[in-house]
This record gives sequence, structure tokens and C-alpha cells, in this order.
Amino acid sequence: MRQSFDDISAQLRARHRKSARLKWISMGALGLAALFLVLFFADMLVKGLPAFQQAKIQVEVDYSEQASQIPLAAVNEDVRPLVSRGYLRLIPGRMRDNPDLLGTTRMEWVLADGQVDQYLKGHHARLSDKEKAVVDRLKEEGRAELPFNTTFFTSGDSKMPELAGIASAAMGTVLTLLVTLAVAFPIGVMTAVYLEEFAPDNRFTQLIEININNLAAIPSILFGLLGLAIFINFFGVPRSSPVIGGLTLALMTLPVIIIATRTALRSVPDSIRHAAFGVGCSRWQMVRDHVLPLALPGIMTGSIIGLAQAMGETAPLIIVGMVAFIPDVTTSFTDAATVLPAQIFTWAGEPDRAFIEKTSGGILVLLAVLITLNATAVVLRKKFERRW
Amino acid sequence: MNMKVAQRGENVMKQDQPGQPVTRNDDANHELSVRVRDLDLWYGDFHALKSINMDLYQKNVTALIGPSGCGKSTFLRCLNRMNDLIPSVSIKGLIEMDGRDVNESKMDEVALRRRVGMVFQKPNPFPKSIYDNIVYAPKMHDLVSRKADQDELVERALRDAGLWEEVKDKLHQPGTSLSGGQQQRLCIARAIAVQPDVILMDEPTSALDPISTATIEDLMDKLKQQFTIITVTHNMQQAARVADYTAFFHLGEVVEYNDTKTMFSTPHTKKAEDYITGRYG
Repeated sequence: MRQSFDDISAQLRARHRKSARLKWISMGALGLAALFLVLFFADMLVKGLPAFQQAKIQVEVDYSEQASQIPLAAVNEDVRPLVSRGYLRLIPGRMRDNPDLLGTTRMEWVLADGQVDQYLKGHHARLSDKEKAVVDRLKEEGRAELPFNTTFFTSGDSKMPELAGIASAAMGTVLTLLVTLAVAFPIGVMTAVYLEEFAPDNRFTQLIEININNLAAIPSILFGLLGLAIFINFFGVPRSSPVIGGLTLALMTLPVIIIATRTALRSVPDSIRHAAFGVGCSRWQMVRDHVLPLALPGIMTGSIIGLAQAMGETAPLIIVGMVAFIPDVTTSFTDAATVLPAQIFTWAGEPDRAFIEKTSGGILVLLAVLITLNATAVVLRKKFERRW
Repeated sequence: MNMKVAQRGENVMKQDQPGQPVTRNDDANHELSVRVRDLDLWYGDFHALKSINMDLYQKNVTALIGPSGCGKSTFLRCLNRMNDLIPSVSIKGLIEMDGRDVNESKMDEVALRRRVGMVFQKPNPFPKSIYDNIVYAPKMHDLVSRKADQDELVERALRDAGLWEEVKDKLHQPGTSLSGGQQQRLCIARAIAVQPDVILMDEPTSALDPISTATIEDLMDKLKQQFTIITVTHNMQQAARVADYTAFFHLGEVVEYNDTKTMFSTPHTKKAEDYITGRYG
């Protein structure tokens, strides 16, 4: 039957409507996803940005003989509850190190108590009306400020919110990831090279391949249990340490690196392999001199993404005891340590309201690092993409 | 003289002296380079080469022609054991070079490929500089170590490949930045840099424009003074232009192996004649 354009258009109208509808639905889904993301970021920023400021007040510090014994005596009674006890505790030590201080009285900017900080930021604070009045007076006189919080980046965890920082967790993360990288990268890359370039295609290698792919989908907490059973109980690796955390995360990262490396190797055209064989390369020379250099950007991208994944992982580390209270920044691979997500987890469980902003602040730092890592991966991929 | 008068219309030549061309080309060199006897090859169950006998002569161009899937590329890849890379391949028969069977267990395929170079259908320079493309294999085979020797070797290889004048000022630019025809000549330079005995060319001009093709053909003509060249081609005129001897493959058999001039003027088999005159292909 012959159809005129009008007949066809009439039929098409319904089809066009349908595709328009689907387009709107998918755009709605995208919008919703974007909305969630924006809400999440906004919430984190609103809650977390105050963590990068910490209240300081200017008070008179009296370095008397008595203060070297009882630090509380160093400041006036009315501001005493407003000064961080962490600061006061350091006074005797400072006087010992610097004898000139003895007998002097100085106006100093000192770290305020966490409650003062919360009050100045307009949050609920456990302060009496009298104390609040003192803070208000200090603020009017310009003796209370909210400067940038360096403590947050330079010190470890503390039970006093004004002293709590992420430095120990950040260092723990660095050490743990170093172990992960050192273990997972060479093993993962060589495994992939063997499977892709050397292994015959038989039942056995297919079985290995399926298992590696499945490994990537195993719940991470099982890796923690494996780490606990094998590394700690059997090999006696010290618990809570970056070594055990790194090894456990390496187990998790291995399949990611193997899969990424295999994909990268497979994307190298066979013509390069033929060219290498054609000039008399052995198989290993072919891989080392020609295929690996071409696959390297892909391998690095995959490894960075695998590491970023490992970096955000908490569950397996809880099992191997890396959720610990670590006040000091350690640089040892075998001492107890914690990692950024575990630190966030710890802070989230603190009853003190002042830790809410620490939690969000920690998340912001973790997000910043992860975004940086992923951006590096993207840049690497773009920079070295297809040079042949 | 080995003039053999065969009956026209015969489908497959009966060779009294297996492996030798039917008609002798008096201009050609007749020192033996590769001797192939009763070569059979299977891809799994598929019988791809059927009892091939061929004597390939040194410092000649031998062209392998035939319709797609006739086994000419497979045969070519037997000569430097590139078929080893395909797991399902099994080979029977003798390929003798320099008194040794290339398929014997003692023969190292890496050593074989050192003496039998290869140029592929699509130009495939390494993603390195022009200089490194050439110097890579000689360095790997410990032929050169001093920088001055390397420079000299690169220049000689590029000159022999007719590429020197075009690239001498950009030796350290990537080989992939050249045009297709230049890339293919770079691949030829890379192959001759290790001074092989034989150069296999698998349809070296099929991805190139006519001008680049002509350049490569001239080059083959020049290179045969130094090397044994065995080339696979789909282009009948090319075979007629460059080859001393031509072998016509069909369904895994060598139907006719003959002096090129005779092959293209008075082929001895009906099949070869039909193919050459374009009745099928």
C-alpha cells in the first residue's frame, strides 16, 4: 500500500511523542541525580567548612610559680572555663623550656574551649549564662576570633574537639596506601601480563579469569575477615598497623588492577606485537619494550582508581583494628594507626556536638583527596591516549 | 635450461622436479635460499596448505599471488614462523634454510626472525621516534653499541629504504607522524637494519596510494640486490612488474610456480590463466 507523507507523519507522531517522553524521563533521572549530589555537597560544605576555623581568645596569661604547678592558675578565674584545657596543660612544659617566662604576665591569643568555639559559630553550646556573657564581652572587645584552624591539619585525634585533627589519620592513610601500592601494583600488573600475553587459552586460565572478575565483586568486609584470619592470626602481622591495613586493601585492589591492566594490554593493537616479533623480539622483550609502555597510561589510571577505592574503604579496616584512637602522628608501618575514613567513622560516633563539624570537615578532606586522585587519573588518560 | 612444456588446461602442475619453477628466468639468480618440501598446514581441522613444494632463490623477488583465502599469506608466515602465534596451527613438512629445518625443535624462532625479516600489510612502526624504530632491533641483537655506529646504521638503513632525504632532519620525531607510504618505507628500513637474508612482505602496498606503491616497488627492485624478497600481492600488475618468479596459489595448493614473464604471457595451467586474465579472483 502506498502511503502519503501525511499518512506517515500521522503514524510518526505517536512514535515521536514516545521518544520525547523517554528523553524527558532520562533527563529527569539525571536532574535528580545531580540534585542529590548538589544537596550532599552543600550539606557537607555547610557543616564541614566551620571545621576549618577554630575559636581563639585573647587572655592574660600569668606565668607565675604557681602556674608551673597548677596550670589552671595561669589564667583569670572568669575566663578559665573558656580556655582549652589542652592549651593550659602545655604551660608547665613551656615554662620549663623557656625559663624567661617565669614571673611575666602576657596578653596572649590562646586556643578557646570547644564550647566557646561552638557558641561563637552560633551553635548550641554547653556554657552557663555567665560564661556566655564573658564570651560576648570578649567578642565586643575584639578579643575573640575564628582564625584558620591549623590544628585540624597538624595534630592527631583528641577527645577535646578543639584539639582534634586529621594528621594522624592522613599519615596512616598514606602509609597504608603505600603498602597497598607496593603489594598490589607489581603482583596485579604481572598477573595481567601473564594472563594476557603468555598464558595459553585453556580451561584453567578461563577459570582464573572468572575468579578474578568475581573477586572484584566480593563484599569488602570479607577481605577484612581474610586479612584477620591469614595475616594477623597466621602470619602474625601486627594488628591495627598500616602493614595489615595495606595488605588487606591490596587483596581488594588486586582484581581492580588486574582487570584494568588486562583491558589496557588488550587495547594495544596486535600490529605492534607483530612488528616486535617480526624484528626478532622474544615474547618478554615484546611485552617490556612495546606493549607495556603503550599500556602504561591505562594501567596507571586503573591503579589510581583502584587505590582511590581502597582509600575510601572502612569496613575491612574495622575488622583488622584500624579504627583506633591515635592522638600522635606515627610514621611507622608497624605501629597502630588509623585512616581517614576510619577517623570520620570514629568522629561520627562522638557524642559531643562539636565533632559534627569535624566529621564533615574530615569528609571534605577525604573527598578533596579522592577528587584529586581521580582527576589525576583522567589527566593521565587524556595526556597519553593513543599515541600510535 | 629447464624448459618444461606442460599441457595447457591442466589444473595443477605435475612437477617432475618438485619445487622448481616450470620455466627458468635466465636473468634471475638461482642460489637456493629456502627449500620447501611437502609442506602441510592445518588451522585446527582446516587444511590450509596442501603439500607445498617450492625452491625460493636468493636475491630475487618472488611474488605469491592468488585469490583471497588461498593460503599465500599463511605460507609466507610459515617462513618466519609467525604462525606459531596462532595456537590451533599444526605444520608438517620441511622448510629448509641454510641447511636447517626452521621447524626443528632446536631452531629458535627468535633467531629465525633475526634472519627472516617481515613487512606487514598495514604500516606498523613502533610508537617511537624514527631513529629508535630503526636502531631498536640492531641494539637488541647486539649488532651495534657505539653511538656513532648507530647513527651510521640508521642512515644506511634509511638510505637503502629511500627515506633518508625525507626524514634526515626529523629523525627524532615519532615514526607515526609520517605519511602511510613513508611509514611503510620506515618499516622496510627497520627490517633491513638487522641485515636479514630474507624479507617477507605481506601485501606491503595494499594500504597505500599509487604513488607510494610505485616508490615501494622501485625499492623492492633495488633491495633484491642484497636480500631475498618474498612478497604476497593482490595486485597482478605489481607481481608482473617486480617479481622474477611468481607462484599462483589456489585452495591451499601451488597451482603454478613459474618465471613471471611466462606466467603472465603463457601460463601453463588453466587456473592460473583464468585468474590472471580476471575470470575469477
